[in-house]
Amino acid sequence: MTNARARNLPLLLLAALIVSIQVVLSAMKADFYLTQLTMSAWYTLVALGLCLLMGYAGQVSMGHAGFFAIGGYTAAVISTAGAAPWLSIPTAVLVTAAVSLLVGIPVLRLKGHYLAMATLAFGFIVSRIILGTTLFGQADGISDIPAYKLFAGLAISGRRTFRIQNFYIAWGVVLAGLGLALNLVRSRTGRALRAIHGDEEAAASVGIDVARHKLAVFVLSAVYAGLAGACLAHFNAGIGPSEGGIMKSVRYVALVAAGGMANLWGTLAASAILTFLSLRGAFGLFDDAVFGGILVAIMLFAPEGVFSVLQRKRKTP
Amino acid sequence: MGAAQLLQYLFSGVATGSIYAIVGIGFNIIYSSTGIINFAQGEFLMLGGMIAVSLQGFLPLPLAIAAAVALTGLLGIAVQLVFLSWLKKPGILRMIIITIGLSILIREVGLHVWDEKVHALAYWTGDETTSLAVLGARVSPQVLWVLGISALMVIGLTLFFRFTLTGKAMRACASNSTAARLCGIRASSLVTLSFFIASAMGALAGCVVSPITQTQYDMGTSLAVKGFTCAVLGGLGNVSAAVGAGILIGVLESASISVLPLAYKDVVALTIMLAILLLRPQGLFAGVGRRAGPLGRG
Repeated sequence: MTNARARNLPLLLLAALIVSIQVVLSAMKADFYLTQLTMSAWYTLVALGLCLLMGYAGQVSMGHAGFFAIGGYTAAVISTAGAAPWLSIPTAVLVTAAVSLLVGIPVLRLKGHYLAMATLAFGFIVSRIILGTTLFGQADGISDIPAYKLFAGLAISGRRTFRIQNFYIAWGVVLAGLGLALNLVRSRTGRALRAIHGDEEAAASVGIDVARHKLAVFVLSAVYAGLAGACLAHFNAGIGPSEGGIMKSVRYVALVAAGGMANLWGTLAASAILTFLSLRGAFGLFDDAVFGGILVAIMLFAPEGVFSVLQRKRKTP
Repeated sequence: MGAAQLLQYLFSGVATGSIYAIVGIGFNIIYSSTGIINFAQGEFLMLGGMIAVSLQGFLPLPLAIAAAVALTGLLGIAVQLVFLSWLKKPGILRMIIITIGLSILIREVGLHVWDEKVHALAYWTGDETTSLAVLGARVSPQVLWVLGISALMVIGLTLFFRFTLTGKAMRACASNSTAARLCGIRASSLVTLSFFIASAMGALAGCVVSPITQTQYDMGTSLAVKGFTCAVLGGLGNVSAAVGAGILIGVLESASISVLPLAYKDVVALTIMLAILLLRPQGLFAGVGRRAGPLGRG
């Protein structure tokens, strides 16, 4: 019991941090920051999913923006086509899951460079299809996506009156996603994933169904991305082709790398901070360069992530 | 479709395909000396094209191209020495991420040193309206330049690897670097040399293709993926098979334009790659796999 409480303490602290950020910003009449913090939450959800796949299971995906775009564009097409409005996000999640299943079954047989190239190619195909298809608005993207009504007057919408509740909706989902991921990592499945990361043959030899576990975590991480894409499309009331671009995929990898690969909390922190700064325009014209630079610098000097370097320093007085 | 039109597709397909093949060979050269797939390979073509475009205002075209090739080659050396040479036994995932990060950085250098516009080098002979009649089809002389330069590079490389001492030493390192070192071969300088060859070749390919396909800062990724397709299709590590694979992809891609919308052109090549990776991971022409194959230890 105490053990479970100790485990949940960080999540409770995070929830408290989220609430206090909102309270402070609103008190300072600076709640326009909440808009970017909300967007950063949705991107962070993608990074968390990728962290499970890349950090824990050791399977690189250079095409995760593709899943984000599939979710976002499915929601966009459905909600602008006049279908029942509640259908948009569930369908987006289902479509993303289905595509990731179809892509994952063959692609996850590949390893190393081949897996990286295959997922890169997948992302490229998605972005080319978006750019070449009138249904997806080609280079213009899809705009005028309506708000997504939840329950009790709540809605995923970027309108000013919805600002505070959307901040809570987004971070609430991130919190749930993080909780699920943390539990997964601590479970039998999580241990199996780490075994697969270490050595697939060895994992198979102790009875782990390697293909099944890899596929499951691949689909789960794609669902995180698809859900984030769908919600952000509703929040921004639009989606453009750059969301599915290679640069975005590389960016998610950079966030997970900066967080320390197999480190969900690190990924959360790195993603929330860096994405927020990027959305505020802190990196100016050098936005993509900053993420490329982070990727190279982290992998060269601190392959265990920024936070591990800090920890190491703290431990050696 | 008339015979002349078919020939037209064939020519443009073979030309773009041979550029993919050069990228694929670039992958092969670095892969066989280091076991690394250099995801920044496509960026060398962009750099070569961009530098030559900038220099053509001051220098005669052949000199501008030579300077672009030399500078990009030096940059390839710099990339290897600064970023990669000092890493001790890095894991594959780490190397993939580093070279992808480098590709983004080089791309951003391209964006900020030049701009986001499309640039084109002058046609090597004549201009965009010049064309030669080959078997009834109208072909730009630049297409012949592309074919000629690619052929020269492939022949040159083959001779280099087969008959020069350095080339033989590089092959020795590729097949067993420990044994090669025991014979007194300095493996580390050969790795640097392989980066020079790959980047200089990429730059030359970038220059010769620039009048036709133009040069833009973000052209590298699609070239890298297609070049990798050639390398895999031919069997990773197999130089001459990559050429055949490149031509096959180029022709299929240019033929796809007559059936599918232009925007889907890239989708064709990439779908071929995915299919090959999954159905015939050892390559179309390969016999025995070397190093780790796509499905694990080879």
